[in-house]
Amino acid sequence: MSHCEGCNGCSVDEKVVLIAKKYISVDGGIIAALHEVQDEYGYIPESVQKYLSKELDVPMSDIYGIITFYSRFSLLPKGKYSIEVCMGTACYVKGAEDVLNTFKDELKIKEGEITKDGKFSLECIRCIGACGLAPAIVINEEVYGKMSPDKVREVLSKYN
Amino acid sequence: MQKTSKELRDIRAKTKLIFEKTRIMICCGTGCTSSKSDKILEELQKKSKELGANVIVEKTGCFGFCAKGPIIVIEPDQTFYEMVNIEDSEEIIKAVMNGTKVERLMPEEDDKFIQKWHELNFYKKQKRLALRNCGYINPEDIDEYIAVDGYLALEKVLTGMSSDKVINEVIKSGIRGRGGAGFPTGKKWQFTSSAQNDIKYVCCNADEGDPGAFMDRSILEGDPHSVIEAMAIAGFAIGSNQGYIYVRAEYPIAVQRLNIAIKQATEYGLLGTNILSTNFDFNIELRLGAGAFVCGEETALMNSIEGKRGEPRPRPPFPAFKGLFGKPTLLNNVETYANICQIILNGGDWYAKVGTESSKGTKVFALGGNINNVGLVEVPMGTTLREIVFDIGGGIPEGKNFKAAQTGGPSGGCIPTEHLDIPIDYESLTSIGSMMGSGGLIVMDDSKCMVNIAKFFLEFTVDESCGKCPTCRIGTKRMLEILTRITEGKGKIEDIERLEKLSKVMKSASLCGLGQTASNPVMSTLRYFREEYIDHIENKRCATGQCKTLTKVLIDPEKCKQCGICQKNCPYNAIKGEVRKGPFEIDQSKCVKCKVCITKCPFKAINN
Repeated sequence: MSHCEGCNGCSVDEKVVLIAKKYISVDGGIIAALHEVQDEYGYIPESVQKYLSKELDVPMSDIYGIITFYSRFSLLPKGKYSIEVCMGTACYVKGAEDVLNTFKDELKIKEGEITKDGKFSLECIRCIGACGLAPAIVINEEVYGKMSPDKVREVLSKYN
Repeated sequence: MQKTSKELRDIRAKTKLIFEKTRIMICCGTGCTSSKSDKILEELQKKSKELGANVIVEKTGCFGFCAKGPIIVIEPDQTFYEMVNIEDSEEIIKAVMNGTKVERLMPEEDDKFIQKWHELNFYKKQKRLALRNCGYINPEDIDEYIAVDGYLALEKVLTGMSSDKVINEVIKSGIRGRGGAGFPTGKKWQFTSSAQNDIKYVCCNADEGDPGAFMDRSILEGDPHSVIEAMAIAGFAIGSNQGYIYVRAEYPIAVQRLNIAIKQATEYGLLGTNILSTNFDFNIELRLGAGAFVCGEETALMNSIEGKRGEPRPRPPFPAFKGLFGKPTLLNNVETYANICQIILNGGDWYAKVGTESSKGTKVFALGGNINNVGLVEVPMGTTLREIVFDIGGGIPEGKNFKAAQTGGPSGGCIPTEHLDIPIDYESLTSIGSMMGSGGLIVMDDSKCMVNIAKFFLEFTVDESCGKCPTCRIGTKRMLEILTRITEGKGKIEDIERLEKLSKVMKSASLCGLGQTASNPVMSTLRYFREEYIDHIENKRCATGQCKTLTKVLIDPEKCKQCGICQKNCPYNAIKGEVRKGPFEIDQSKCVKCKVCITKCPFKAINN
């Protein structure tokens, strides 16, 4: 664990220290650094934001602006199983909305939310490019193609 | 180790011999990998070893026929296997060893097995220039790229052409930007070349944000070196030593293959300092996009590379004079770059022979939606939409009819049946209210509601509008509110006029292309399907049943055989009744109109 100077004892993992070192002299490296943090934790914790702000000399307001601007970055953790429903046009015309609604109903959460037990989170994403398998969903990088509302329960049961 | 021209020639000659051998090529692009082609590759390699087969088993890029994935092609005889399973691996290897074919995996057309993949109807009208190496070489092996005359164009440029001559060839070819707007590429190179500065940049826009489009991804996955080589050529032509590829983080395979390709090219001295023993230096860095559609706009993309929010800048100054980090910058899209090496090798005149008067060359389209042959197609400019949808795409599935095709994604428009025969090029598409865009081509059948589709695109642009300029930020929001109203049966006839007015303001006053074109899907559906809007507004009716507030799913008591299949399948427990005790009934308060029951009822007793 490493402490940054100036803030009241927030600490970050060694991994974050390495990420910051890697991008300290890269022009515009903050986005690349945030990518690595997002991949590592599934979101960008406030303590890490503060640390990167100091190390890479980017104001916190800018970091917050960047995180909220880009859909790939998240301020909140995801569920153990992150369900992403592709809402690309090809999936949409093949009924992705019905698939999404069924997930919402089964999990009793809305898009962008996480179930109370932290097991599932639900999100809409833009085209993943599996248009031949439309409508497609992704759960923790596993792609499920040719989805339909009645396949939703079947898929969810794999994770129960 | 850095290679000399002679060493490259030797590699080329030696690796070419591989192409004469039996090679089992399996698509490991995103589409086929989603159906586990990576696992099939491993199994094929394992079986081939076990059985002692004298074959090469390799991954390759996208064949384009994604509907039939995972796809395997066996070279050199070009046998095509579709929808391959991991269990088929042993049989495939054995057949290759015995000189036979696995007929059950071969495509059939008119009751005949198709022997070679180019003979399939899907490929007959295609002309693969940008996709030439996808499906033929292993994208992770630079030697195979060199063997198909890779890095020969770079050598030609560095050892015998002036930068003016390079730019001239590009101008002569007539190629226009494949990213959307269609600006002449050669002119762009000329402007950036003429800008005076010690530092200039070459950028590649690989932030393919149009939902339903995957041309650029497939090129990067299948032939990453072609883009790298072209960027180096561009660097030479405009006087730049540094390139940036801005690629979507959502494309992990493309990112991985680009990283491998950059590493290999650097090892061979084809990137770096003193390339091919000349005094030309060029390096390429990858920058990952983070999921913002607006970053496809050139100035927004540059802001994003600089580590800022991807908001567009006012133009002028144009990037050719003041772009990335305030320096003159050349930005082209992936598909544009993928054509450059061939233009250099074969000459601009050669390239200009393909296409129409104003639009030269080919265009790759990602064909998706309600169409049989979902996939990637590359056709000469001037091919008609009918040829793409029916001859190549195999028409509309489930016996339904063509209603419209959307080109240009959220910035484009719907093309109705009456324009199916228009030859596709930049001008013709604009004249009918759509645009070329980057190449997404989504086909919709007659069960789709056009008002609902327009609303879908507006939801997208509302989400993706960066918020910098009010006409786009507020305009898209107001348009979406009006469209939502209409799809809920609360619209007024004046709303149509409001939409048209808003569109005019957004077109003329928005800062960037996103806002200027955001209303296109609404305007084009209003132009060709106005009666649908009026039906929603005046009769509170959605003829297709897609606008759920205006729809009721009902069971016809006369047709219902009381079997209970609908009840069993309803995910919402919205169907009341008991088996053989009278017709079932739908509880409208619970029904979400998912229409599962309609598809499940064996007696077609449920309708909306």
